[in-house]
Amino acid sequence: MTSPAIYDGNERGRDGRIGRMLEDRLPYLVVAPAILILLLVGVFPLIYSLIVSFQRITMTDNDTSFVGLLNYAELFRDGRLWAALGHTAMITIIALPLELLIGFLMAQLFIDRMPGRQFFVALLVLPTVISPIVAGATWRLMFDVRFGPIGQILSFFAGEPVRILWTVNPSYVYPGIIICEVWQWSPFMFLLLLAALSNVDQSQLEAAELDGASYARVLRAIILPAIAPVIAVASLIRGLDLVRIFDIIWALTEGGPGSMTETISLYTYVQGFTQFETSYTAAIAFLVIALLTAVTTLVLKRMEIAR
Amino acid sequence: MTARRLPSRKVRVLALRYVGAVALTLLFLFPIYWLFMISFKTPDEIYHVPPLWVPGQIQFSNYYVLFKDHDVAAIGNSLVVAGVSSVIAVILGTLCAYSLARFGTGGENLAMWILSQRMIPPIAVVFPVFLAYVYFGLVDGFFGLILLYTAFNLPYVIWMMRGYIVDVPLELEESALVDGCNRWEVIWKVVFPMVRPGLVATSVFAFVFAWNDFIFALVLTRTEVVTFPVQLTHYFGGQSNFWAKIAAMSVLGTLPIFAAVTVMQRYLVRGISLGAVKG
Repeated sequence: MTSPAIYDGNERGRDGRIGRMLEDRLPYLVVAPAILILLLVGVFPLIYSLIVSFQRITMTDNDTSFVGLLNYAELFRDGRLWAALGHTAMITIIALPLELLIGFLMAQLFIDRMPGRQFFVALLVLPTVISPIVAGATWRLMFDVRFGPIGQILSFFAGEPVRILWTVNPSYVYPGIIICEVWQWSPFMFLLLLAALSNVDQSQLEAAELDGASYARVLRAIILPAIAPVIAVASLIRGLDLVRIFDIIWALTEGGPGSMTETISLYTYVQGFTQFETSYTAAIAFLVIALLTAVTTLVLKRMEIAR
Repeated sequence: MTARRLPSRKVRVLALRYVGAVALTLLFLFPIYWLFMISFKTPDEIYHVPPLWVPGQIQFSNYYVLFKDHDVAAIGNSLVVAGVSSVIAVILGTLCAYSLARFGTGGENLAMWILSQRMIPPIAVVFPVFLAYVYFGLVDGFFGLILLYTAFNLPYVIWMMRGYIVDVPLELEESALVDGCNRWEVIWKVVFPMVRPGLVATSVFAFVFAWNDFIFALVLTRTEVVTFPVQLTHYFGGQSNFWAKIAAMSVLGTLPIFAAVTVMQRYLVRGISLGAVKG
């Protein structure tokens, strides 16, 4: 990260007193509106909900007396909450390495220059930029047991009719979600890893080739260390997105069957907007923030150490 | 290996790579193809068993229905909300970024705090925001959504623009100051032109993020300012009756994004990696 360049502040304005005042305060004047909006929309509601999380407000009862840590104690007894955290962790742990691996393999294919490469790359990134809700909707149509092509293709290869209810059958809902997720985000990894691989020192690679080093050795000794920072950043960005996964699941299964694919974001939504457990939802939100902060800090620390 | 056989091996490898590239592209684009194709099918073709891979003819009745039923209003709402909020976020964010980049305002702590605002999960913010919006009567209005998306995109814009501004040579600004420009003129006449490509790219990506958002819009809209992703979920009913609308609406909501990102291809890597990877 580049350190910011700092002015020594002894330049002078020349537009009279008001102009000079505006100019002297410029660093703060231009920061203020943005920070104000962030405080208003980002921080103020958090403080408000922190207070709410110590009260006992529900749909029917606007009880603003303080109950201490009651809501937080409740978190530990809430089996559905921990199940939702488990679902979220499972999706993240499976999808993230898959996306990295597929993205890396895709990047390998395109690392050497070839005519038309830009064209292929431009097409391959399209899944990543569409709205996740559209991605989910698309795969819902693809997976449909009667009118979708997935069953048709599987039947063709199996040689007999394959009828899988991807969005309902407990054995297939997770594979379905992960296929959609990996389809949408592998190209993200691909794009970043392609950029990283292009920056690997060519002279080192050529020297290794002259020495007759095997590909596995070159990969371990030269390529992976060189692209490690990008892998770390990409994993962090994707990891944080995966932990808050909502749209794709909403479009594919709506958390079902039952609450089998309910992630922490879906569960929070259900508690807040269909059960109207106001105070309890606020407590869940803070649990999520605490967990995410802990994980992010841990990852950032490890990245620092690795560097 | 003789020198004469070397080119033929190279050609073979290249041919193999093309085969791989084409196969990969077909694989990844197939769902998008399927979506677009359904939008051109007639109901009979959509509900045909086995599924048809090519529509009999390209016909636009599915789109016509969206216009007739005024469903496209959702696209209009998305345009307004994403457009206005990204413009405001880029203006305020770029000014803030200039201060962070050139004066080190707030030090590294302020910069990290701003970035951390980006990391907070939307679901944790949306509930308190909803409570506040109910209190102030901002639910289901343009102002509330625009305010929220502005705040949502500000950390991104500030972080990205800070990177672009740091890349502008300091000497340019200094010589403009020596030539008698004041600081505001320096920002307007020197910095803005220098970062214009980054500015445009950042605006486009901020627009895309607001355009694609589902969860905020789901919670904060009812009937008046329903955005396109929320409108899309209205067609999911367990019944397969609304396939044509799902497909046509998705295409309408996706084409502008494809166009924008294709134009911004050069900045894509930097844009989606929060500036960490300069492609």
